[in-house]
Amino acid sequence: MNFDLTAEHQMLQDSLRRFLKYSCNSETRNEALSSETGVTSDLWHAMAEMGVIGAFFTEEQGGFGGTGADIALIFEELGRANIMSPFLDGALLSGRVLAAAGELDRVADLINGDLQLALAHGEPTSRYDLNYVRTTSVNGILNGRKAVVVNALASDVLIVSARISGEVSDENGISLYFVEKDAAGLTIQDYALIAGGHAAEVTLDGVEGSLIGEEGKGFALLKDAYAIATVAQCAETLGEMTAATELTQEYLVTRQQFGRPIATFQALAHRMSDMLIEMEQARSAVIRAAGYFESDERTRDINIHAAKNLMGRAGRLIAEESIQMHGGIAMTQEYELAHIAKRITMADHRFGDTDYHLEKFMALTQP
Amino acid sequence: MDLNYSKDDLAFRDEVRAFLATKLTRELSEKVRLGGDLTKDDMEGWHAILNAQGWLAPNWPKEYGGAEWNAVHRHIFDDECASAHAPRVVPFGLSMLAPVLQKFGNQLQKDHWLPRILSGEDWWCQGYSEPDAGSDLASLKTKAVREGDHYIVNGQKTWTTLGQHANMIFCLVRTDSTVKQQAGISFLLIDMNTPGIEVRPIILLDGSAEVNEVWFTDVEVPVENLVGEENSGWTYAKYLLTHERTNIAGVGFSTAGLAAVKRIAKAEMSGGKPLIQNPLFAARVAQVEIDLMAMSTTNLRIVSQAAAGGAPGVEASMLKVKGTIIRQEINDLARRVVGPYAMPFISEAVEGSNEPLPDPHDAGPVAAQYFNNRKISIFGGSNEIQRGIIAKVKMGG
Repeated sequence: MNFDLTAEHQMLQDSLRRFLKYSCNSETRNEALSSETGVTSDLWHAMAEMGVIGAFFTEEQGGFGGTGADIALIFEELGRANIMSPFLDGALLSGRVLAAAGELDRVADLINGDLQLALAHGEPTSRYDLNYVRTTSVNGILNGRKAVVVNALASDVLIVSARISGEVSDENGISLYFVEKDAAGLTIQDYALIAGGHAAEVTLDGVEGSLIGEEGKGFALLKDAYAIATVAQCAETLGEMTAATELTQEYLVTRQQFGRPIATFQALAHRMSDMLIEMEQARSAVIRAAGYFESDERTRDINIHAAKNLMGRAGRLIAEESIQMHGGIAMTQEYELAHIAKRITMADHRFGDTDYHLEKFMALTQP
Repeated sequence: MDLNYSKDDLAFRDEVRAFLATKLTRELSEKVRLGGDLTKDDMEGWHAILNAQGWLAPNWPKEYGGAEWNAVHRHIFDDECASAHAPRVVPFGLSMLAPVLQKFGNQLQKDHWLPRILSGEDWWCQGYSEPDAGSDLASLKTKAVREGDHYIVNGQKTWTTLGQHANMIFCLVRTDSTVKQQAGISFLLIDMNTPGIEVRPIILLDGSAEVNEVWFTDVEVPVENLVGEENSGWTYAKYLLTHERTNIAGVGFSTAGLAAVKRIAKAEMSGGKPLIQNPLFAARVAQVEIDLMAMSTTNLRIVSQAAAGGAPGVEASMLKVKGTIIRQEINDLARRVVGPYAMPFISEAVEGSNEPLPDPHDAGPVAAQYFNNRKISIFGGSNEIQRGIIAKVKMGG
């Protein structure tokens, strides 16, 4: 057993951390936040050039990585730097669907930084259930509505799931389609997200789609892509939690009240200790989810569900305690922690929340 | 012991319900329900409606134009107002300054300022916190130096809620730096239109602009605006803070919030069933409801005692801590219940536009409210300060 990073991973982490430290600050973040689509294209291209997107895919898929460990390492750094760029939705989640379906030309464009994607799968009544699809496809003509589609406006093309057969909750009978952004009958109602970035309600009214992969076999592709995206989300949140914890620790030893640093008040010191303990739990949960990603599906899923549940709980503690122990300053838009806390909290609304993953974990582990 | 409302209480509740049904417009209550930013006109309008009814100042003695209700009636009123989504009455003049003036102000001050609070002629804000004096309020540095008939005030206040609307501010200022911190503080009433005052907004993490910084540069304040005695301000400040805390249990907000969570959980589907039938989620809701039922009774017990003559002391701190924990837990449920629809930043709702919201349950900006209400365990003496007070009173030291 060895918990050290490989030499390659160590190099990747060092260069990524250095790059993000220099190229991302509150100015670039505010620029992304106030831009029309929530994306700054400079950063996207620079990161693609560094090979960040290539590391999301295996060599057979045209990349040079693609393992759970590769992806966790990258997303933790993105989270630590509090990056508001849609690598998770625009490249990893959608890209892994395409790679598994053999759409390698598009994957190559993605790796070069020349393509942005959005996966339109969830629906207004599906909550976090991956198998609930009401949107229909009849001979590739799509009708339905997709909910909170992250990065829809900035994407060059949409990937849309639709049902060709079966009941609304059947895993069989879901197909995937490319839908061009200028397709007739497509409406994109864009909005900003509270934690940065954009999403949209996507309405399909007799829209023409072109099939991706095999007819009716979309669920397996979605499940695998959501699995790696969940690992990435957990790793990103871990990075954000690290940043929040560091800021809080620094504040406690700096801020003076009653003539001494507030870190010297035991009531706060012990809570800081609890945060640090939970950080170690969170790190181990992410290491497990990443490390078992290439195992059998059951082992993989147990560890992903465990991680997302634990990150939901630990994340809430870190976000809320960081704000509380800072006091008023953390409530202001201007202070870095506000952004970080929003991202940690809103991560619980992606790819299934704390309770959703607890239920899935229970279903897989009950004796 | 009788836990039920008396006949008189029930009649009063019906009267309040009838009043709200006729006087509270649907437009205004919807804005409150959806967490929209109320305009100055919205707040002043509601203030005037309550004043016309004689219900604006439930806790003031009748001699000053108050309703002088007993604790149970005040509780019923708060509860009904929250369930009906009535706007919260701006508390700075009515519940914070007024009790101080009534107890420590001179006759001229009472005659001049109290009627103007009721009429809405003055909008008060609170000048307490400073950047380096938050929990440690007594370390405040804003200085007032007496020169003839005036004090000259210099310094900075922060977290001034709704200061952008106010024409008056009550301030704690340092009038003696040579003595123990608490012994050199005075309580001043300052006209916001005096030259040398600048108000700068602070944008909060949910995008709202409700708090401000207030800067004072050589601001002249007439000496008749000193409340009580010079250097006795800390006594008045502490008196005011106990009043600030009594309203902070927020039973009404929590009751209304929990009802909204249940309404949405019945409509939201998870795994093919309404979310409220999901045992994990239902357990979360039930747990908070149990806590809220008990806290509501604690609140009644404490306010009844206070009405019978005992000043709300350490119990007010207990109510503040438990009340805010429960409210924040309900805010947490409110964001969970809508699932992915917690993510959109619903600025349209905040600005009161008619754009259709993406969320099918019409829940309003639940995530923004969750983030905004992190403040309730920070302001008015943080929960850590309250716990310190409880421990000190119960165990000394």
